Parts: sequence; C-alpha cells; structure tokens
Amino acid sequence: MSASLYRTRAVKNLAAQVLAVFAAVFGMFWLVWIMWTTLRMGISSLDWALFSEMTPPPGAEGGGMLNAFFGSAVMSLLGILLGAPIGVLAGTYLAEYSSKSWLGETVRFVNDILLSAPSIVLGLFVYTLVVAQMGHFSGLAGAIALAFIVLPVVVRTTDEMLRLVPTQMREAALSLGVPQWKVTMQVLYRSALPGIVTGILLALARISGETAPLLFSALNNQYWTTDLLSPMANVPVVIFQYAMSPYENWHSLAWAAAFVLTMFVLLVSLVARAIVLRNKMTHD
Amino acid sequence: MNDARLTLAPHARDTALAAAPPVKVSARGLNFWYDKFLAVKNIDLDIPEKRVTALIGPSGCGKSTLLRVFNRIYALYPKQEAKGEVLLDGENILDAKYPMNRLRSKVGMVFQKPVPFPMTIFENVAYGIRHHERLSKPEMESRVEQALRQAALWDEVKDKLKDSGLGLSGGQQQRLCIARAVALKPDVLLLDEPTSALDPISTSRIEQLIEELKQTFTIMIVTHNMQQAARVSDYTAFMYLGDMIEHGATEQIFSNPAKQQTEDYIPAGSADPRALQCHPKWHRARP
Repeated sequence: MSASLYRTRAVKNLAAQVLAVFAAVFGMFWLVWIMWTTLRMGISSLDWALFSEMTPPPGAEGGGMLNAFFGSAVMSLLGILLGAPIGVLAGTYLAEYSSKSWLGETVRFVNDILLSAPSIVLGLFVYTLVVAQMGHFSGLAGAIALAFIVLPVVVRTTDEMLRLVPTQMREAALSLGVPQWKVTMQVLYRSALPGIVTGILLALARISGETAPLLFSALNNQYWTTDLLSPMANVPVVIFQYAMSPYENWHSLAWAAAFVLTMFVLLVSLVARAIVLRNKMTHD
Repeated sequence: MNDARLTLAPHARDTALAAAPPVKVSARGLNFWYDKFLAVKNIDLDIPEKRVTALIGPSGCGKSTLLRVFNRIYALYPKQEAKGEVLLDGENILDAKYPMNRLRSKVGMVFQKPVPFPMTIFENVAYGIRHHERLSKPEMESRVEQALRQAALWDEVKDKLKDSGLGLSGGQQQRLCIARAVALKPDVLLLDEPTSALDPISTSRIEQLIEELKQTFTIMIVTHNMQQAARVSDYTAFMYLGDMIEHGATEQIFSNPAKQQTEDYIPAGSADPRALQCHPKWHRARP
C-alpha cells in the first residue's frame, strides 16, 4: 500500500475517533450536569429527615418526603406486579405461539403503538376507566396507570429475548418428547431470563419517574397513607407541585427528591446492565 | 431364498445378501411441502436396523427435510406438511393418531449446532428422562452416567456434573447433546450434520462414537462431507432436488454408482461448483 493512501486512512480514522469521543462526552456532559445541579440545589435538604418525615405544609420549615417515597415505591411495585406477568405471557404468545399469524402481527403492531403512546393519554384512560368509576383518585388507579406503561415494555423485551433463543434449542427440547408449554417454561425462559429481568428493571426505571399518568390517577396526598383506595403521594407529582410553588423549602425538597430519583433510575439501569454483561460472559 | 432380494441391481446383491439386516424404518411414497414448495418428492426408502444410513446430496436437495420427517419435528411449523407413509416397526408415524410423545422417545435427534440447555450437565441429560419416566435418585444417577458413557463424555465430566453445560467445549457440548438423546433409550438416532460446527479432532471423536452407537441404535446421518459419509455409514442415499436418486450399500454407491448423477456428485464432493447450482430456488429461477 502506498504511504500516502495509508496516511489518508490514518487521518480519516483519527477524525472518526475524535467525533465519536466528542459525541460520547457530549452525551455524558448533560447527565453529569443534571446530577450536579440536582445535588447542588437539593443538598440542604439531603438529610435523614428527607426519608423519615412527611411532606411539610406550605411555608413550613423542614420536613421530608417519606410519604411520597413510600407511595412511589408501592405504586411502582404494584404496577410491575400487575404489568410484568401479563407482559411476559403476551410476549411468550407472540414469540412462541403466534408465529407470523395475522393476530400475532396485529398484537405486535398495537403493542408498539402502546409503547410510544404519550403517558398522559394512558393517565386519562385510567382516569375514565377507574377514577371516574370510583368517584375519587386512588393509589390503585396510579398503579394501574403505571402497569399500562410497564406492559408494552415487557411484552416487547420478552418477545425479543425469546426470539433470540436459537431455534435448535427449541427443537432439541421438543425432540425429547417434552410438550411445548414445558419447553417454554423450563428451557426457553431459563435461557431468556436475564433479558426478561432486564426488561422489567428498565420498565421499573421508566415508571419511577412518570408524572403525567399519576396526575390523573393517584394525584397526591399531603399525609401518610397505606390505603390503596385513597389518593397517594408520589415523588414525581410532589416534585412537580413543589417546583411550581413559591416556597424556598419546597424548592429545596424538590431538588433533593429529584436527585434521589435520578440516582435510583441510574442504579436500576446499572443493575440491568450488569445482568446483561454477566450473562454475556457466561455465554462466551 | 427370498426372491425380493433378487430384484436388487446385480452389484448390490452381494452386499445385501451378506448383511440383510431387518428394516427398522421405511418411507413409502413420501412427499414433503414447505407451504406450496414440494421439497421431497415421492420417496421410498428402507432404513436397516442397527446400521448407519447416510443421506447425502447438495445443499437444498431435501436431505435435512427428509430427516426431520422421521421424528415429525417439522410439525412445529404450521405450513410444513408431510404426506405418504413412514413406518417405524410397521406403524405409520405420520398417522395423526400416532402419539408424538412415544415417537419422540423412540426417535432421538442431534442437531448441527450443539445446543446444551441452560442447566447443569447432569440436568441436561436427566431433563428428557424426567418427562418420560419416574426414577429414584440412584436410578436417575446411573441412567445419566450410562448415557454419558455411551456418548464417550463421562470421563471428562464426571467430576463436574453440577457445572453448567454451557461451559463445555463445542465438541463436548455436542457429545452432551448425544448423551441427552440416547438417555431416553431410543431405537433410532437422527443426526443432522452433527459435526459441521466442530473442529477436526472433535469431528473424529464423534465419528468413532457413531461407530460404537450403531451397536445399539439405528442411525441416520445427514452430512455434507463425502469422506465422512464414506467413513461412518453402511448405507448411503443420494438425493438431488427432492428426488431419491440412488440408495444402496455405501461401498457400492461410492465405488460403482448406478446413476450418472450420483457419479457426477460424489468424486468432486461438495466442493463441486455444480453442487451450488442445484439449490431449488436457483433452479427455479433459471428459464
């Protein structure tokens, strides 16, 4: 190869590398900035009281977000418990049973629409379906709204993860005379498990920050409640309400809660990532 | 003497008379469709018991398709259909009344790519047995050991039965898949290009293994490798574009084939550029 040709390629390679590194740093920059800002603005409220005291009344000093953290945890977990099993089953139907049938293709298409549906629309849907029927906002309605966000994410990942399992694994298990439902439960799920769990964790990360669907379903509650049939406090709506208020203390609490929420989402994403990586290592 | 044997071609007669093993499986007027495409055309074939029968032919000739009929694994796919008769010990397995469970416990299959289940080595072998039989713990242990010995894998894995099957090398994984299939004590073993994903050393181990396994099992092997077919098989069937061109003792097929098409295919082996031209899609595309 001529030296000049080699030099041109080396230059092009360097240019591509620099652009790629720049893009990566550019992306990271905003994340770090967000983390730093929420930390800086919320640091005065980042203390034990944040996790042990209730949301303060307007104008009062101190207080925490215990009721909101609790409400968010309960509704998110319930949302996962409602949405994930249905999602896994529906994804299994798509990957294992509907092989290219019109019903399967239709469900897959509709699921993709649901996946990108604005979450406020889902909130309004649950408002009509649950809140309007019950006559008041409730934690249960909030959990159902979140479940509607979990559902398409889990359907999609389960479908994709099961379709990644080699056909020969399916055929090998079936060729032992084991019926299809047992093959799915005992062999295919085991093979696709890390992917499915990752999908559920990412759904958890997604719903823990959702505000719009909760505005129309769980609303908010200034007090501690474990009653799923009454309105329930939750972190995103409290942040929204406090950020809109004129009170210094509320602002600082909102920043602190935003920091905790961002850290939580980051942590869940990291765990999901770790599962994928570990799985890759044992397979290579 | 049975006169039916005399109807064989003269050069095949000697081998047939010498061996004449009973027929284990036979196909009668077998046709196979992928939706509207006829991939196997009106085939008659007898598979002798406890012998190795190799199915050879260029890619797309229908040999794997034919193999997949014998345990009805194709039934997994709604648009695939087999018509005709396949008799296993005289019973038609294509009959809808023939229980799939029984068929699959009698006819085991090993695939091209080794696919251990994501379980321990022990569980990989025990998995199929558990579905068909209730065994006590010691019974299961001796059954698993027996299967692993039959697959010539026992000595390599006896100290790590609790490790994942995915941690084994490719050749070991394929032998694990063979152990998994023989653990059910089937009568027939279907091997679909079992060594095409393996290195030469693992390949020769599997070939030795096939030699031992035919004491116990009736074996059908699909292979692209002519030398392999010549080394391991007693009988060879040559297929081309879905037709069974020729079927007989391996020695005769390789040294003195009756048909010109067989002779054209065998000496050059799969490296022959003509072998590529006969893929059904290409064939149909030509005017």
